[in-house]
Amino acid sequence: MIQYIIRRLFLLLPVMVGILLVTFTIVRLIPGDPCVVMLGERATKAKCDEFKARYGLDDPIPVQFVRYVGNIAHGDFGVSIKSGQLVTDVIAQRLPMTIELTIGAMLFSTTLGIFLGLISAIRRNSATDVITMMGANMGVSMPVFWLGMLLAYFFALILKDTPFFIPPSGRLSSSFSLTPLAQVWHMTGLSPIGEFIITFISNSVILHSLVTGDFAMLKDGLWHLILPSVAVGTIPLAVIARMTRSSLLEVLGQDYVRTARAKGLVERLVLFKHAFRNALIPIVTIVGLETGQLLAGAVLTETVFALPGVGTALVQGILARDYPVVQGFTVVIAIIFVLVNLIVDISYSYLDPRIRIE
Amino acid sequence: MTVELEIPTLKAETIHARRSPTVEALNRLLHHTSARVGMVLLGILILTAIFAPVIAPYNPILPVDNVVRRSPPCIHLLGCPADQPQHIMGIDSNFRDLFSRIIYGSRLSLQIGFTTISFAILVGGLLGSIAGYLGGWIDNLIMRTMDVLMAFPSLLLAIAIVTVLGPGLINALLAIGIVSIPIYARLVRASILQVKELDYVTASRALGASNLRLLFTRVMPNALTPLIVRGTLGIATAILDAAALSFLGLGAEAPKPEWGLMLGEERNSVFNAPHLVFFPGLAIMLTVLAFNLLGDGLRDALDPRLRGKIT
Repeated sequence: MIQYIIRRLFLLLPVMVGILLVTFTIVRLIPGDPCVVMLGERATKAKCDEFKARYGLDDPIPVQFVRYVGNIAHGDFGVSIKSGQLVTDVIAQRLPMTIELTIGAMLFSTTLGIFLGLISAIRRNSATDVITMMGANMGVSMPVFWLGMLLAYFFALILKDTPFFIPPSGRLSSSFSLTPLAQVWHMTGLSPIGEFIITFISNSVILHSLVTGDFAMLKDGLWHLILPSVAVGTIPLAVIARMTRSSLLEVLGQDYVRTARAKGLVERLVLFKHAFRNALIPIVTIVGLETGQLLAGAVLTETVFALPGVGTALVQGILARDYPVVQGFTVVIAIIFVLVNLIVDISYSYLDPRIRIE
Repeated sequence: MTVELEIPTLKAETIHARRSPTVEALNRLLHHTSARVGMVLLGILILTAIFAPVIAPYNPILPVDNVVRRSPPCIHLLGCPADQPQHIMGIDSNFRDLFSRIIYGSRLSLQIGFTTISFAILVGGLLGSIAGYLGGWIDNLIMRTMDVLMAFPSLLLAIAIVTVLGPGLINALLAIGIVSIPIYARLVRASILQVKELDYVTASRALGASNLRLLFTRVMPNALTPLIVRGTLGIATAILDAAALSFLGLGAEAPKPEWGLMLGEERNSVFNAPHLVFFPGLAIMLTVLAFNLLGDGLRDALDPRLRGKIT
C-alpha cells in the first residue's frame, strides 16, 4: 500500500511541472511589455532595464522557468503588484476561507447526495426517486451564483423574523473579529513557514476559534457558512445523487447480489455489505472530480456572499492586473485539485485491492 | 369439421420494414421522456432566438420612457391596472424592459454554447486524431498536455486565460473553448485507438485508401456518437461557464443582454428588486436544463453502452 502511494506521488511530479509550465506560460503570454504592464505607461527606458534586471526578465526563458520553479519550491510566489504584500501572505489570509467553504460544501453534497441516491436506487421509480432525479436535473443546470442569491433572499429576507433566519453575507457578525494570533501570542521572528501557518490559523474562523476556545465565534462562523456551503454544494449534490443511483442500480443487477439474496441474507446486509461497497468506486471518482467544481463554485459564491476568500482575491487580482497574485492562486488551487484526485486514486486501492497490483 | 390452420407467412414488407440504425436511434430518442422535455425546451428556445425582434415588445438596450426604475412585473392578466403599460418581467436598474432583454439574451446564449463547443470539438478532434493515428512521441506530447490542462478546474483555467487575453465576450468564449478541448481530444483518440487495427480498416488500407480517407470515412464515424452526446452536454457546461465569467465581469460587457452579466449587474438588487435576479437565472437554468436533458436522452438512445459512463 505504502509502496503504491509513493509510486503515485512520483507520478505526480510531471503533472506539477506541467501545471507550473502552464501558469508560467500564461503570464509570459500577456500582451505588451511586462515593464509597461507593471510600472505603467510612463516608465522610462532606464527604469525598464533596471526593472527587468531586478526580476531577471532579461535572462533566457528556460532559465527564467527553472528559477520560477525553484522559487515556488522554496515557497516564494513573488510580491503583489497592487499591495506590495508577499503573495504567500495573501494566500495564507485567503485560503482558509475557501477551504472551509469547500469542506462545508463537500460534507453537504456527499452525505445528502449518497443518501438520496441510495433511496432512489432502492425505491426505483417511486415518487421519491422521480422527485429526486428531477431535482438533480435542475440542480446540475443552475448557476451557483444564482442559487446563492436566491438562498440569501429566502433565508435572510423572507424568513427575517423567524428562527430560521440565516445571515446572507460576510464571514462573521460585526461583533467578532479575527485578531492575528502572532499579535495575541506576542510571536516575533518566525520562520517563513511558521509565519504562513500562524497567518493561516489566524484567518481560519474555525481553527482560530478552536485554538482560542471562543465557541461563540465558532457558532457564528459556522452559521455564516451554511448558505454558501449549500449554494456551492448543490451541483455536486445532484451529480453525486445521480451517480450513486446509477452505480448502485448496476451493482444490484449483478449475479452475486442475487446469490446473496437467494441464500437468505437480510436485505440490509445485501445492500451495504455486498452492493454498496462495490458501487462506491464510481461515486468516489465523481466526488474527486467534483472537487474542481467545488473550488470553482467557491470562487463564484464568495462574490455573492461577500466572503474574504480566494475567489474574491482572484477576481480583484484579475481586474487590477495583479499577475503574481493570480498566478499564485492558480497554482495553489491546481495543486489542491491534483492532490484531492490523488487521494481519490489511493482510496480506489483501498476499495478494490486488485487496483494496487496492476 | 375441418380445422383450418393459418400458416403465418412473412410478408415482403415486414422484411423490408427493418429500420436503419439511425431511424432506430431516432425512435428511441422520441420515446425518451427527458429527451422529449429537452427537445421541447430547446425548440422553444431556438424559436425565441429566431423571432426575438417579433416577441420582444421593447428594445433590449434602450431605456423605456415613463417607467419607474426597478419596478416589479406588471401583467394585465394578473391584476395589474390596465392603464399601466405591461412589463411581464418588470423594469431593470437602467429603465429597460427586462422581458425584452431576456428574450434577446437567448440569442447570445445559444451562440455562446454552439461556437465554444464547435471550436473545442474541431481543435480537440484534430489533436485527438493526430495523437491516436500517429501514436509515438507525438501522441505522448499531445495527451500529456491535455492531462495538464485537465489538472486545472476548468472554470479557473478559463479565468486565468481571460486574465491574459483581457476581459470581453470573445476572449471569454475562447477561454471556455480552450479548456473544453481535452475532453474531445481524449474521446476522439480513444475511438481511433479502438478501431485503428480492426479488419475493415486494414482492408481499406490494403485497397489503397489514403490516410486521410481512412481517417474520415472509416475511423471518424466511430467517434461521432460519443462526440454528439458529449458535445450536447458540453454546450450546457459552456453556457454555465460563460454566464459565470460574465457574472464576474470578465465576459460580456454592458449593455449586452447577456443573462450572466444581467445577474452580475443586478447582484445588489436581490433584496429590493428580486425579479431582476430571478428571471435571468431562470433563463440560464432552463437553457442549460434543455441541453442536459437532451444530452442524457441522446446518450441513452445512441449508445446504451455509454450509460452511466459519461456524466
